[in-house]
This record gives sequence, structure tokens and C-alpha cells, in this order.
Amino acid sequence: MSSSTPDTTPSLFVIGANHHTAPLEVREKLALTADRMAAFQAVVERIKGLHELTVLNTCNRVEFYGVAENPAVIDRLQAEFCAACSLPTTLLAEVRLYAEGSEAIAHLVAVASGLESQMLGENEIFGQVKTAYQTAQDRKTVGPVLNRVFQKAFQGAKYVRTHTAITVGQVSVANVAVDLPLNIFGDLRNARVLLLGAGDIGEKTAVAFQSRGVESLTVASSTLAKAMELATRYNAAALPFEHVPVHLHEFDIVVCSTAAPTAVVTHFAVTTALRRRPSQPLFFIDLALPRDVEPEVAKLENAFVYNLDDLARIAEDNRAAREAEVNKARSIVSERAQAIWRQLALPSSRTSDQTALPGRTLGTPSSVSDLSSRATGA
Amino acid sequence: MPITTDRFWLWLAAACYLTGLLLGTIAILRKRQHSRGLMYLIVVAGYSFQTAGLYLRGMEVRGCPLGNHFEILQFTGWSATTLYLLIGATFRVSLLGYFTSALSAALAVVSLSVPMWDATRRVGIFGGNAWIEFHAALALFSYGVFALLALTSILFLLRHSSLKNKRLNGAFAFLPPIVDLDHISLRLLIAGVLLLAASLVVGSVWWLRDLHVVNVSKITVTAGIWVAYALALTLRLRGVLLPKRLAWVCVTLFAAALLSLGPVDASRNPAPNSKTIVSVRGK
Repeated sequence: MSSSTPDTTPSLFVIGANHHTAPLEVREKLALTADRMAAFQAVVERIKGLHELTVLNTCNRVEFYGVAENPAVIDRLQAEFCAACSLPTTLLAEVRLYAEGSEAIAHLVAVASGLESQMLGENEIFGQVKTAYQTAQDRKTVGPVLNRVFQKAFQGAKYVRTHTAITVGQVSVANVAVDLPLNIFGDLRNARVLLLGAGDIGEKTAVAFQSRGVESLTVASSTLAKAMELATRYNAAALPFEHVPVHLHEFDIVVCSTAAPTAVVTHFAVTTALRRRPSQPLFFIDLALPRDVEPEVAKLENAFVYNLDDLARIAEDNRAAREAEVNKARSIVSERAQAIWRQLALPSSRTSDQTALPGRTLGTPSSVSDLSSRATGA
Repeated sequence: MPITTDRFWLWLAAACYLTGLLLGTIAILRKRQHSRGLMYLIVVAGYSFQTAGLYLRGMEVRGCPLGNHFEILQFTGWSATTLYLLIGATFRVSLLGYFTSALSAALAVVSLSVPMWDATRRVGIFGGNAWIEFHAALALFSYGVFALLALTSILFLLRHSSLKNKRLNGAFAFLPPIVDLDHISLRLLIAGVLLLAASLVVGSVWWLRDLHVVNVSKITVTAGIWVAYALALTLRLRGVLLPKRLAWVCVTLFAAALLSLGPVDASRNPAPNSKTIVSVRGK
């Protein structure tokens, strides 16, 4: 960003760093902890000429969306950020993301849509952007420009998410595993889940299933004490491992993650279980290596078996399907950003490929107060 | 075609169902979920036009319009759509509206496209006997239930195959959960068996009074279909017939039931005071 030319027209900008521009070790240094954030906010709100500001601070990005009177103000903001993080400004300059005008809006819409996320199309970022905006509203650091930009950006992001397939299908193996039973049982609240194995994977699966509404959870492990420990932690039941074949018919979903050297769920045991529940399917998620479920089980009519390879392939297919939608989504983002920009009628002060809109400007220095005066209600 | 004719309204209904089929197909090809509300509205529009058409036909033939192949196919499609509109919103089964549109469009277009099937119209075929008319309407309505059952069975088979072959993307992503489909199919099977049983009971009251009016081939085929569905239901409830096999049985039985309509209709004994009209429009 050049700061040599004095400019009195306020410009909408975004500046920061994210996982696209900065490696993890740099992002760690840039992260604004709660303490740093409070101190930083207090300082930047006193920067003269910084009319509006919203800080988006997540594990993968620190981005400042603002309206500044001139480039010097943005330089000052950068300097204060580096000071808050105890970093040289040269380091931020190396990894810096910077955009103005409609490009800044396009970036915001893309971020809120999940297009810029590490896991393409993930949902969490939308809430994080909303929280960032809400925080800025509470601190009274947003005004006519950012209010409109964020509200329109949320609409744009929702449009992208509902009119493209960038959010369709899970893209992580763990999420694929716990979402698969929905294709069979629909509602998981009444599903009875058996976890075979009380290790780390078993624990994560327990958490994931409970988060999806599963109420009946049972843990079985070759070491009963471990099973009981996990069961106690997650309000589940424990079952001695040797009793599993006898009770198999009582479960709808069986998640296998033992370290057993051979299969622990046999064709015979499943056939026997299915005879006792002929019209109800039995679903196996085999996360173990070597596999816990005998391959012949998959041939049984009412048994469905998914192993690690299957889950990885589904996750990859979903990822590819999302990727295929990226161009369409970016095209929508671009159109939306241009439309928002035109509605703002805020001229781009420095971006060469954008035409300044004549006749009307929003947020001229005389009409827009600084953050300090807005925060104090002046 | 003047708007006062039944066929005008039935063509309009067919156009609506075809629109639903087209929109659903486009959505699936684009790997999108079609709007369930829009599909429901399209089916409602088609159903309204079809009801108007069948009402006009009923007025013309002075009774429930079940006098030829055309009317029977139209009435079967109408019955299936009635059920979809009644249960579709309750069960919220993805793609059921699309499949209902497809079935209704197929039955409507096929019946409208073969003029010979509507060339002969029989007026007063029930001889003014409301109970016989009720029996026939109930029987055809149960065929509508079995039509919808065939659709949910097809959805079940598609979902089962997608789960077994681990193909969950694209159009398969919109299929309902397999357990839901099984539950709906079971309820439809129970409803269909009860309706057809009720129809046979109502009919048998009159057959027993006057045995010589009984059409042996008709009663054999109808009772055979009822026995087959009832047997399937019994075996399913006893856990002998697994859901996937039940789905195959339901699809096969409905195809057989549909094919049997022709011979059954052709062998019908005319009511004493019925008359046959050779339609110029149908030619």
C-alpha cells in the first residue's frame, strides 16, 4: 500500500493475514489473544482518520475491515497491530493481505461464504464473521459504510451457500463417519450406538455422535476398566467385550476402532444378530486398521459396512464436488461485491481497475466521525 | 379443444405433472435439491385439473369414471396423487413429489395418447347401484395406494443400492433415509391391503345375492392381487420378507396389477341398464 499520496477520500479496505498468505508459525505470532485484542482495540479506536473498523480474528485469519481517511491511517493501523503482537512491520508486509473497494467487499463475501476457508465451504466462518460484526457494533466502531457492507455481505454469502454446492457433503473423514448413519436412520436420537474400542478414536466418535443427538451410547473394550472410564465420562453404558456378540442385535450403529490384530466382528455374529432384528438394518463404521469387521459381513442384505478407505473416498468425492462449484461461487461473489459497491457509491481511491463513482460519496471526512468520537457517543 | 371437455382439463393436468417431472429431472441433473414446496404446488395444480376433468367425465357417464382403460388409468393416477397430497407433507419424503409427478405424468400421457382406449364410453356401468360403484372406486383407490407404494419401493431400492455400492453423491444425496422409506412402505402396504379388502367385502355382498353376475376372471385377478399383497404384508410383519425383497415384491405386484386392469376391464359384464357410447373425440 502506498502512503505517499495524500488522499482525503475515505476508502474501504481490508488488511490482514490468513492461511493463504501466512504459514502457521507466522499466524501463531499474529493471533490476537483476548488480552492483546482488548489492548489493540483501545489503541486503534484512538487513531484519527480511522472512521470504521471490524476485526475478524479466527484461528486461520486476522483481518481488519475498515474505512480510513487516507493511506497513512492504514499504515498506522498496521503499525499498531504489529506493536500489539510485538512483531516487526516488515514481517506483516511479507504476508499481508490487502484489498480496497469492491475487492475488499468481494473478499468479505468470499470469507463469509466459506470460499476462503481451509476446509472449503465450512459453516463455522459465517458465524465468526457475524460475531466479529456484532462485536464491532457493540463497540460502536461500525458506521454507515461497514454496516451496509456487512449486512449485504451476509446476504451475498447466504446466496452463495444456497445456490451453489460448496457446502454439500462432509469433507473430513470423521464427519463423514458420523453423518453416514443419517442416510440409513434419518434421525439419530433413537439410534443405539455401540463403540468397539475405548481409545482416542472411540472417544472422538462418542463426542461426535452425542453432538448429533444420539442418546443411547455403549462402550465395549477388551479392557473393561477403559470402557467404563469412557462410559462414565460420556454418560454411556459399558459392555464386557466378550458379551458383544450376544448383544449385537440390540444396536443400530457399531463403530469399530480396536487395535485387535484380527477381525472382532464376525460374519457368524452379524448373521445371528440380523436374524433377531430382520427388518432393521445394522450399520458398521470400521475405523480400525487392520479391519475389525470381516469383509463378508458387507454381503449380508441388511448390513452396511464402511471402512476407512470408503470414508476417505466419500470425503474426497465431496471435496471434489465442492471444488467444482468454486468458479460459479466466485462469479456470484464478484457480482454481489460489485452490486454492493455500486450501492455504496464510494469511490475507490487507489485501485486502478475500479472506476470512481461520480457525484456522490459516502463517508466523506466531514460527515463521518472517527472511531474515538463514535465510541464516546460524540 | 373447448374448455368444457374433460380431456382439456386432463391434458392440463398432464402438462402440470410433466412440468413437475421436468423441473425435478433438471434439478437432479444439476445435482440440486428441487424445491419441495414448488413441486407440491405443481402437483396440487395438476391434481385440481385432473379432478375437474374426472368430474366432468363422471357427470357424462353418470357415475365414477371407470368405464374404459383411459378412465381406469386416469383414476389410478388421481388416487396416487390424492395420497401423495395427503401423506407427502406429513412424511416429508425427498423426491416423492418428483416420483409422483413422474407416475402421474406417465399414466396421464399414456392414457391420453391412445385414442382407442377412450373410443368407447360406457354410461351407467354400475346400473345405479351405489354400493357396486363404491366397491369399484375403493378397488381403484387401493391401486393408487399400491402405485405410491411402488414409488416408495423404488426409492428404497435406489437408496439400498447407493448405500451398498457406497455412492452417496449426486442425485443419491437427495434420497430419503432407508429406514424412513421402509416405514412408509409398510404403512402404505397396510393401507392398500385394508382398502382392497374393504372393496372385496363390499362387492361380495352383492355377488353373493346374485351369483350369476359374478365375473370369474375379474374376481380371480382382484382376489389374487389382494392375496399376494396380504401375503407380502404377513411375511414382512413376521420378519420373513426383508425390506429389500419386500420392495421388489411391491414393484412387481404393482406392475402385475396394472397389467391385469386391461383383461379385467375387457371381461366385464355390462350392467342391465348400461349403454355404450362410441366417442367421436376418442377416435
